[in-house]
Amino acid sequence: MTTVDEKAGVRAADEPIRRPATAWTYRIRTWEYLLRQWRPYFWSGLAEAAGAPLLYLLALGLGMGSLINKRGTEALGGVTYVEYIGPALLCGAALQIAFSEASFATFGRFKWHRTLWGITSTPITPAVAADAHVMFISTRLLFSAALYYLVLLVFGAAGGVAGILMIPIAVLTAISCAVWIMVLSATIEDDASVAFNMVLRFGIIPMSLFSASFFPISQLPWAVRWLAFFSPLWHGNELARGSALGGLPLWQAAVHLSVLIAVFVTGFLVVRKRFEKRLVV
Amino acid sequence: MIHAAGLTKSFDTKGGETVHAVRGIDLDVPRGEAFGFLGPNGAGKSSTMRMIACVSPRTDGELSILGMDPNTQGIAIRDRLGVVPQQDNLDEELTVRENLYVYARYFGFSKTYCWAKADELLEFAQLTEKANAKVTALSGGMKRRLTIARSLVNDPELLLLDEPTTGLDPQARHVLWDRLFRLKQAGVTLVLTTHYMDEAEQLCDRLVVMDGGQIVAEGSPAQLIARYSTREVVELRFVPGTQHAAEPVASKLVDRLEVLPDRLLLYTQDGDDTLEQAHAAGIEPVASLVRRSTLEDVFLRLTGRSLVD
Amino acid sequence: MAVSSDRAVEHGVHPLREKLRPQPGVLVLRIIPLQLSAGRSRVVLERALRSSKSFRWTIISGFFEPVFYLLAMGAGIGALIGTVDGPTGPVAYAAFIAPGLLATSAMNGAIFDSTVNVFFKLKYAKTYDAMLATSLGPMDVALGEVGWALGRGALYATAFELVMLAMGLIESWWALLVVPVAILIALGFAAVGMAVTTYLKTFQHLDWVMTAVMPMFLFSTTFYPIDVYPRGVQILVQCLPLYHGIELMRGLTLGAVGIGMLGHAAYFVVMAIGGVLFVSRRLEKLLLT
Repeated sequence: MTTVDEKAGVRAADEPIRRPATAWTYRIRTWEYLLRQWRPYFWSGLAEAAGAPLLYLLALGLGMGSLINKRGTEALGGVTYVEYIGPALLCGAALQIAFSEASFATFGRFKWHRTLWGITSTPITPAVAADAHVMFISTRLLFSAALYYLVLLVFGAAGGVAGILMIPIAVLTAISCAVWIMVLSATIEDDASVAFNMVLRFGIIPMSLFSASFFPISQLPWAVRWLAFFSPLWHGNELARGSALGGLPLWQAAVHLSVLIAVFVTGFLVVRKRFEKRLVV
Repeated sequence: MIHAAGLTKSFDTKGGETVHAVRGIDLDVPRGEAFGFLGPNGAGKSSTMRMIACVSPRTDGELSILGMDPNTQGIAIRDRLGVVPQQDNLDEELTVRENLYVYARYFGFSKTYCWAKADELLEFAQLTEKANAKVTALSGGMKRRLTIARSLVNDPELLLLDEPTTGLDPQARHVLWDRLFRLKQAGVTLVLTTHYMDEAEQLCDRLVVMDGGQIVAEGSPAQLIARYSTREVVELRFVPGTQHAAEPVASKLVDRLEVLPDRLLLYTQDGDDTLEQAHAAGIEPVASLVRRSTLEDVFLRLTGRSLVD
Repeated sequence: MAVSSDRAVEHGVHPLREKLRPQPGVLVLRIIPLQLSAGRSRVVLERALRSSKSFRWTIISGFFEPVFYLLAMGAGIGALIGTVDGPTGPVAYAAFIAPGLLATSAMNGAIFDSTVNVFFKLKYAKTYDAMLATSLGPMDVALGEVGWALGRGALYATAFELVMLAMGLIESWWALLVVPVAILIALGFAAVGMAVTTYLKTFQHLDWVMTAVMPMFLFSTTFYPIDVYPRGVQILVQCLPLYHGIELMRGLTLGAVGIGMLGHAAYFVVMAIGGVLFVSRRLEKLLLT
């Protein structure tokens, strides 16, 4: 009985249709796969992406802003507090998402779910898988940054027309950090929660606090001000703020942009290598 | 040690349906016996084990462990039990030695006693060299040995093992069996579930076969084989598919015949004689084999060959 | 109630304790049903201490989070705002937010420990399954875990208070009560957090819990006084537990202690008692099924 059934099953199957594949087809397929995995969380992610800015803008922009605006905002360049923090909140939120996708989620695909081993046992190479991860995280960032921008518009904190540039700037800022966190995810074997906690507490949080997100770094003592230069978020904040409020000299913008691109490109090259090293054993 | 009558366990699932995992079983396990539960996945073995381990209240029926009622004296019973769960739940935040120490502390022993016990059990499980390693660094077999060692910290009178050797290589299984034999000799009552018939035959004095939440057979391995199978089995191998041609002829030779994708199984009292008759009747298999009946034959007879879940 | 029974076992040390184990329930008049506790939550605490070696850096890093906030916001926003109207009149901005951050970190620690950590051990590491296969009861496990969370909270509170002292942000001897009050706040949140955790099914549910905590952090007057809000919002904020925690802390460190403090404290006492009673009912159902 069994044998007959099995044979019938084989015969019934259609001849598979296969299209020629290039590296890009594989990148896109893997990207699509990652998007599919994300799909169940799409709506809750979207609600969070819209809800968080709303709360921050209400609490800090309006609440704390009322105290700051009362005392004069020359230090902020003459804009209201909500206008000042709007661009930085957008970049900061993108950074948060980048962290969660590049840390536990990526590490989980190596260690807990082992999906990356599944992916790379097909014609997809580790480097292509790394590319697809960068593409996927960027896509997620694009969605939430765009949503954040809409909320800022409602609050009148999105600046002029050029303010829309905040979206790509935030994506670039966040992905340049994400690739380096992915390097870590592809490297560590155990104690992931300890490692990521360290990144969060000694990386992401201080970066968010000392990168001119909530106050200009000119308010800080000289001794710590220069540290901001090493924070990708500071470069992102300056660019985003420049595009929304203007007043950023072109050469400065060029410097900020170059730093972000350099951080991203080096990290991207390293992460491809790390994926290969981890997955080809 | 264990007495159960009409023991029942039902769960309510999310969809509002009631799943009857155990449908009224009767059991009596005397002290010092090695007792086995056999059965396919979903037969209710693990549910029964959890009720015996006092971590799952029964839905209905009688149950007494060590003369006490799990519903009211769970802690006092668990104090004298050793439990090896189906999946190792070792403490990955602790070292191998600390795992044993901390677990012994759960039973309330003094610190010095717990360290000494930990070292004794490391020896027993042949893990002394790994004492200060992290649990995550152990192989599957080592983890299983550690879990079994851990279940012995309180010198239990009754040891419950849920699929103790599933997923282990043959060497590791034999080491474990050796350890379990020693415990049995020391008078510990063993209750185990298993999918492995050889394991059941090796370890169990008596066993029950469960299917669909009920006990479908009970007895010693030899009794079960005598009752539900024949003394010997003739296996005739064919090129897959061609065995059907020989089926009508072969079925006349014996009372019971099983057809597999590439062979016929003929259940008989005298294998050599049946094989001769088969050759005489013109059956020409690619290969043939006469072997003794095993529990596997009993098991497949009782629970069927098709997958249940 | 539960804690005192545990302690009774501690004090009522049997002369033979080091050789023989105390039989559950023999030594004390038990308040907790025999089925739920062996009076041995101490060993659960011991396990937590032992395992904390493997994530000691996480524990140390937890101290820095509020310190970074204090340094950054105190200096940066402080320079923009100047002084704020505190309960005793205008105070430096850093002195205003420091007690708020202290209460917030007590809350965060307690909620993290009682939700994420408990959930992980419950569903994934199966730590509690292993514990309950022994003669420990669910109540031992719950009390041991809560004790560990509170001990950690007390450590953080002490360390943070020392930072405040060094920065000259403490203005009253009442500040001696900061650590016990931090423990009370943590206990309130931990009890409720654990009660919530008993209903969680997936990690995504945990995200929802965190989502509920964040607005509390933002709106509960950590960073500015409540009078910036319109009256309606003020009443809403006053319903949030963290607001009362911050009021307690601010009163103690700035030296504005009045009878109203008892009201704020009562909020947490109710949370703690209600939470513990609820959890003890839920745990047996959850762990022994």
